[in-house]
Amino acid sequence: MSVATRADFHRPAAVGEAVRLLAEHPEAVPVAGGTDLMVAVNYRHARPEAMLDLTGLAELRDWTDEGDAVRIGSGVPYARITAELATVLPALAAAARTVGSPQIRNRGTLGGNLATASPAGDGHPPLLATGATVEIASTSGTRTVPIGEFYLGPKRSALGPGELITAVTVPKAAGPQQFLKVGTRNAMVIAVCSFALALDPDARRLGTGIGSAGPVPLTAPDAEALDLPWSSPGRFDDALAAEFGRRVAAAARPIDDVRGTADYRRHALAVCAARALRRVWTTAHDRSPR
Amino acid sequence: MPEPAKTPTPPPWAAGGVGRAPDGEAAERVPVAAPGGQPPTRGVPTGRVPGGGVGDSPIRPEAESKVNGAFDYASDLAFEGMLWGHTLRSPHPRALIRSIDTAAALALPGVAAVLTAADVPGKLHYGLIEADQPVLAPGEVNYQGEPVAVVAAETLDLARRAAELVDVAYEVLEPRCDAGEAVEAGEYFRYQPVRLGEPVTADAAVVIAREYEVGMQDQAPLGPESGVAVPTGDGGLVLHVATQWLHSDLEQIAPCLGLAPERIHLAMAGIGGAFGAREDLSVQVHMAMLALRTGRPVKMMYDRAESFLGHVHRHPARMRYEHGADQDGRLVYVKAHIVLDGGAYASTTEAVVGNAASLAVGPYKVGHVSIDAWGARTNNPPCGAMRGFGGVQTCFAYESQMDAIADALGLDPLEVRRRNALAQGDKLVNGQVVDAYDPTRAVDGQPFSPLRDLLDRFADIPVPPIPAGRDIVELPGGTGNTTHGEGVRRGVGYGVGLKNICYSEGFDDYSTARVRLELDGATGEPVAYIHTAAAEVGQGHWNLQTQIARTELGVERVVLLPNDTKAGSAGSSSASRQSYMTGGAVKAACEAVRDLWQGRDLDDGPIEATRVFRHRATKPMDPVTGQGDSHVQLALCVHRATVDVDVELGLVKVVDLTCVQDVGKALNPVALEGQIHGGSAQGLGLAVMEEIVTDGGRVRNASFTDYLIPTILDTPPMRLRIVENADPEAPYGLRGAGEPPTLSSTPAIVAAIRDATGLPLTRVPVRPEHLTVRRPS
Ligand SMILES: Cc1cc2nc3c(=O)[nH]c(=O)nc-3n(C[C@H](O)[C@H](O)[C@H](O)COP(=O)(O)OP(=O)(O)OC[C@H]3O[C@@H](n4cnc5c(N)ncnc54)[C@H](O)[C@@H]3O)c2cc1C
Repeated sequence: MSVATRADFHRPAAVGEAVRLLAEHPEAVPVAGGTDLMVAVNYRHARPEAMLDLTGLAELRDWTDEGDAVRIGSGVPYARITAELATVLPALAAAARTVGSPQIRNRGTLGGNLATASPAGDGHPPLLATGATVEIASTSGTRTVPIGEFYLGPKRSALGPGELITAVTVPKAAGPQQFLKVGTRNAMVIAVCSFALALDPDARRLGTGIGSAGPVPLTAPDAEALDLPWSSPGRFDDALAAEFGRRVAAAARPIDDVRGTADYRRHALAVCAARALRRVWTTAHDRSPR
Repeated sequence: MPEPAKTPTPPPWAAGGVGRAPDGEAAERVPVAAPGGQPPTRGVPTGRVPGGGVGDSPIRPEAESKVNGAFDYASDLAFEGMLWGHTLRSPHPRALIRSIDTAAALALPGVAAVLTAADVPGKLHYGLIEADQPVLAPGEVNYQGEPVAVVAAETLDLARRAAELVDVAYEVLEPRCDAGEAVEAGEYFRYQPVRLGEPVTADAAVVIAREYEVGMQDQAPLGPESGVAVPTGDGGLVLHVATQWLHSDLEQIAPCLGLAPERIHLAMAGIGGAFGAREDLSVQVHMAMLALRTGRPVKMMYDRAESFLGHVHRHPARMRYEHGADQDGRLVYVKAHIVLDGGAYASTTEAVVGNAASLAVGPYKVGHVSIDAWGARTNNPPCGAMRGFGGVQTCFAYESQMDAIADALGLDPLEVRRRNALAQGDKLVNGQVVDAYDPTRAVDGQPFSPLRDLLDRFADIPVPPIPAGRDIVELPGGTGNTTHGEGVRRGVGYGVGLKNICYSEGFDDYSTARVRLELDGATGEPVAYIHTAAAEVGQGHWNLQTQIARTELGVERVVLLPNDTKAGSAGSSSASRQSYMTGGAVKAACEAVRDLWQGRDLDDGPIEATRVFRHRATKPMDPVTGQGDSHVQLALCVHRATVDVDVELGLVKVVDLTCVQDVGKALNPVALEGQIHGGSAQGLGLAVMEEIVTDGGRVRNASFTDYLIPTILDTPPMRLRIVENADPEAPYGLRGAGEPPTLSSTPAIVAAIRDATGLPLTRVPVRPEHLTVRRPS
């Protein structure tokens, strides 16, 4: 109401113009899909005096193939990530598929997910597991931030005033990936906890990402360091998967809240991580997944 | 009802999309046309019944506007010169109000009024049964969200900002949040015992003693509370509200405003779901006070968070049950200790306690009973009417007990229910004889048992097989990709629900209908106009009225007049009663018109009749023994749930709900199926996800982000077997159908989860952590 009648609404056509407007109008709040921001406005958690609409920025609304990585414009909606990038970025595409409802996936963007920096955001675990980088623009130029340095606290990130997220660069999958999200409903649910896993059989490397089980999205370095039978994959067994699950659960720092208890989150992460490892391992070593 | 004061012409959409009055202003909408395309009848009766009558499923009169978005819900109303109202609510579950300073709010440009308890023109309290709820908190607040002040301003945002500027000095007190402690301290709205015979533990071969808990469910209607109050200029008011019972609203509003009821006209606004949430007042008195004060129309509309705080919920319950059965599984006795949490104010808690007590054993025969039921007064959110109304909580407990008996004796769950099923001539625990079936009907020389009849129909409905190669959306966790089959186990369970239909315990329950038959000036066809005050809450009641008129009068064209207080009371759209009661009233009025029509030609002038319909009288429950014929009609529903449970993650997917329900007579099969689908889904919600979580009296999930209701991926295909065992006393033999499936689906689903997991599961909603980390090893 007040937003429509009183707030200024800037509609830049290029990123350069957008960051200049943002510098000139520090009170302006960027809006992409609006699926986080407008909820906050409705609940009166936010009362923006001005808005900077990013949907007119064609540069942000597409992805490009960079060879061994995909550079995804911050304004690409989830529906397109699922539909177009599932083979090269399977974990991210699977995460995108779980976001909200079709309407939300048509509007919501990865840039918005990152800028909101909710520990429950579904985009974060796959970005952590794959080692993505975030590209940030301002009037002083462009900088890139490794995803591991992006999250600073609950709803706090490395994004500074006057800065816009322009893109996220995600390395293409070097092996099977999985994303699992636990919620108390079978669709359209905020994660109770989530887990992403990327396997690189050639580099003999695991990448992990944990969502909704700590003040920020987390990785599980101890679990990534688990000694796996890379040379004789047939020796992989349930005990190893369970140990991986335990290590992932140990890396989490969950709390009790209305969505779930800390104990349950740890338990569920252990189960999800063990399943994820079993799935990627069997896929990589060409046995039919369970 | 006396005619109201002169009222301004409502905008065409104010009636929620129903047609307009034939007299005065021209009809804005095309009257409802019957399908079938029969040639029009003329001024004399033809004896022919056109299509779209009782038993058919014509398209609803409001279907098109609801589908294309043209239907005006209460929140869509707009009037020239309208102000917006907003409510300031207490952040504390319990506090004294030391002072309220409204100066800063009033000083804000664009603010027209800021009112507190001191400004209430009439009585300070209202309530559905007892007037104990303050219009605005007078000196103390007793629950989080209790209204403290109301503001009117030029825009909604401004009204909200102004409310933030109202300075209330609270002295915060320790809230009482434990219902059991409240009962022990004597803080309760009603205590109702039921006593029958002498329950003796030693007489039973098996004794099952367990405690059960039901969380606080919300009706979660999608349309938030909303309405507009329009001053008439002579001190009177027109209120456009979305409510379940216009006349009950009026009775409560008028004394608080200090106005004679004749000065207030209530017009129904489009209702976006109710489920009991619109039985209690919400915006009504507040917007009326603001309109009287400012002399301008005032609109109020809650947002989602306020809606969760601004209406009552389903009573949470803690129940201790002890069932004794003989070797064959026949019940010897039942003891039950039932504590319902009524929250801060009475609402309908008294009536809910009566249902909980009289239906505490379900449709089973037992000679010895000791039941104690309380409705506690606490500082939790007020609880009141919700679909199932006191029948839901105990149903979860008694059905769980029946399964436990079957388990202990190695009996099939259907068999234990069959052996205990009440039959015609048997008595409920309140002493009421089951008599509402064809008295001559018997099976194998035994009196007819309506429950056994339903149970036996499952024999030829197979449990769905487990398909090969399922997509993740068909598995627990859905697109969350949590299982590809890992940890998934299937379970099957049954649940039976018994619900009283219409108002019980001696309440004078009636409905009024006026029917007028006249010739259309242009076409010469007879047109029936129906005027009632009955709320169309989405159940299809408007449609049913047109069907009844077609059947009884043999005319095709039926026009529904806007529902308002110019008509007599229709009672509430609750207790599954509106087909029975207003359906009965419309039928009676049509019959009267039909009789008058015999030997008359409509060319000589219209024919009109008004009829008041009452069901048979009921009696109050004895305060000591609970005995008394307290119910009108009993309705039964049986569910079989099939679930897949990821037992490692505790995630549940209900894969099938099969429902056998006795509806007496299917008046509109499509609407009926909708009621069963919806009721089943609401019971599913209670089984696995829906709960208002409170902590020290504070609601922690007042949003659809965290108050989860089933999505289409959570709601399984439903196979329905609709049984028509007519009730000889009810119009067309019908049995109220909206509530029973809400009772039975919850215990059926939980029984299926028990079957899959082997866990006892004594609390709903069942949460993932109940199936995993708290799992006994
Ligand atoms: C019904 C519903 C269901 C949802 N379900 C999920 C879910 O399942 N999983 C999930 O993770 N999220 C969910 N969300 C939240 C939301 O959809 C996502 O976080 C989404 O990614 C937000 O993107 P957006 O483009 O809509 O952001 P917006 O709302 O437009 O913006 C969000 C924030 O980011 C800032 N911002 C946006 N773009 C940029 C940019 N390029 N540079 C700098 N700042 C920027 C804005 O200023 C604002 O502060 C749901 C939301 C709704 C309403």
